Amino acid sequence: MVENVIVADGLTRIFNKTLVAVDHVSFSVREGEIFGFLGPNGAGKTTTINMLITVLKPTEGSASILGYDIVKQANNVRKVIGVVPQEYTADEDLTGYENIMLCADLYGIPREVARKRALELLELVELANFKDRKVETYSGGMRRRLELACGLVNRPRVLFLDEPTLGLDVQTRAATWDYIKRLKEEYEMTIFMTTHYLEEADALCNRIAIIDHGKIIVTGSPEELKNALGGDIITISIKEDADVSEVIRNVEHVKEVVKMENGSYRIKAELGEVTTPLIIEALRSRGYTVTRLSLTEPTLNDVYLEYTGKTMRDTEGSREEFHAQRIMLRRARAR
Amino acid sequence: MSGNNEDYGPSLLRGLWALTVRELKKWLNDPIMLLMFVLQPLIWMGLLGKSMNLGAMFSSENLVNIPIPDKIPVPGDYVTPKVEGYVYISGSWIHQSLQRMFSDIGESVMKNVFGVSDYFSYMAIGMISMIVMTTTMFSGMSIVWDRRLGFLDKVLSTPVPRGAIIFSKVLNAALRAMLQATVILLLAVLFGLRLSPTFNMMNILGIYSAIFLISIGLSSIFLAFSLRSTRLERPMQIVSLITMPLMFASNTFFPISMMPNWLQSVAYVNPLSYLTDALRQLTILPLDASRILVDFIYLGVFASIFSLIGIVLSWRYLTR
Ligand SMILES: Nc1ncnc2c1ncn2[C@@H]1O[C@H](COP(=O)(O)OP(=O)(O)O)[C@@H](O)[C@H]1O
Ligand SMILES: [Mg+2]
Repeated sequence: MVENVIVADGLTRIFNKTLVAVDHVSFSVREGEIFGFLGPNGAGKTTTINMLITVLKPTEGSASILGYDIVKQANNVRKVIGVVPQEYTADEDLTGYENIMLCADLYGIPREVARKRALELLELVELANFKDRKVETYSGGMRRRLELACGLVNRPRVLFLDEPTLGLDVQTRAATWDYIKRLKEEYEMTIFMTTHYLEEADALCNRIAIIDHGKIIVTGSPEELKNALGGDIITISIKEDADVSEVIRNVEHVKEVVKMENGSYRIKAELGEVTTPLIIEALRSRGYTVTRLSLTEPTLNDVYLEYTGKTMRDTEGSREEFHAQRIMLRRARAR
Repeated sequence: MSGNNEDYGPSLLRGLWALTVRELKKWLNDPIMLLMFVLQPLIWMGLLGKSMNLGAMFSSENLVNIPIPDKIPVPGDYVTPKVEGYVYISGSWIHQSLQRMFSDIGESVMKNVFGVSDYFSYMAIGMISMIVMTTTMFSGMSIVWDRRLGFLDKVLSTPVPRGAIIFSKVLNAALRAMLQATVILLLAVLFGLRLSPTFNMMNILGIYSAIFLISIGLSSIFLAFSLRSTRLERPMQIVSLITMPLMFASNTFFPISMMPNWLQSVAYVNPLSYLTDALRQLTILPLDASRILVDFIYLGVFASIFSLIGIVLSWRYLTR
């Protein structure tokens, strides 16, 4: 039976009476899927997660996790969820192993069970060799993995990941995705995650919701969202000096044809792989020769652009800066 | 492999212990901190306790330049038995007697003002108060970091009782303060602090109780304040703003009776005065039962009111 593990209904959080961080958000997450919130810095992703994980109370609306109300049954919720926050929360002055044991203590897991589990988790995220080193010696990727391990110590049925690869370089990011996928298989969890990386949403999520200014703009699988844009972009040139726009427009699946200044045609079509041969066929049967052709699939960036009117890239710089600042803050924590 | 749906009970004590141990480990693992921990009292004791040797003001060398004529004429009416005319007393004899009397006077002036004859003992105990105060304020404030670095939110997402989070900070503050007080007292004894002859195990228990009371009051109020202030630096600024006045408007380094009236009234509500007085009575002064009772009642009331306010405000923040 496929049931909804997370159900949010009109979830709203207003800060200081005026700042609407999350604005009547409704969605549901099915068992076993990875559901992602995709949106720029300040969109309200962390605030949404904080409400779902019972750290913040909603100003309005409600949500439940595995049937437990996040306000009235907060303690039940806390027992069945795991959380990997956007910051590195592991204690730098403690070792990796000590950090996991601390998490286990907070869940009240018996020491013996906790010890076994900590070692198993450290093995799983390939930190076993570093378990007795202080976390301050860990690299960014290792810290992320440690956070993942901490979030799993209570064997959660629902895992929350807030920007799981924030601030990591491209290779480490891809490796972290692999860990996430592997852990999900291993522990049969449902995952709710947030990200502002389009590739990440594409690589990990079964379904995403694009969120901006606290509102969900659109929900669907990455494929659906991309297809909804009206399909792929085909660019074609012919040898002859004639206008073939009409010919192309009559081909099945073609939605839009624009003749460009350089004489090529820019075609928007659903199912690009199927449509492209049809267009070539149609042109050839009329005696035209195709000289050049390209097919590009729309990315989530195009989706994002379509719905918000801006590109995701615009917001990324400030994000990294923000993260760098956090790291500096950590260092400043000398006492 | 689905070990899901387990029902282990997170308990207040378990959580409290885990969070407190974390803090203490962080603290004790830091070599610089440990160095400071010993160096700071050493510097204070050396500079203030030993260099500001108030008793030495009354030593005979300080009479050297006081002009005393060689022969001092005394009208015969003033000597017994009375004589006609004048008698003459040798200046050097006057000088010698003055010197002798002066050091006796010094001793009693010190005793009247400070209760003990050496300022070092007086000051060393004051320093315990001072360090207990700053340590507990800073421990309460350490939650600023937990909040800023996301650790607090993570802990809040676990089923650990909210009380464990608050009490771990308060307990940690008290434990640190007690440990520091112990180290300072040991150092002070090493450097010549004279414990009163009646000093025993009960006194040690009393010292710890007094420190415990002031610690929970101060740390919970600072905890609430740090949780609620929107800016990270704010609590730090407040601490550096108030520690000096609190210290000097109390009997930490100087007796209240010597202060101007307006300052006395501040010193009499300042909990630090009561802590310091209790500590001195338990270490270097003869114990005065009614006075120490007043000290403990005041500290108890302070601790109850401030920790209640602090805990309620913190609680409200944690369940916002
Ligand atoms: N504790 C808070 N107090 C006031 N404003 C907040 C608080 N937390 C977040 N906000 C504001 O709410 C908005 C959404 O923030 P957040 O949920 O952190 O976004 P995201 O995680 O998508 O980057 C931002 O404008 C942010 O400044
Ligand atoms: Mg965020």
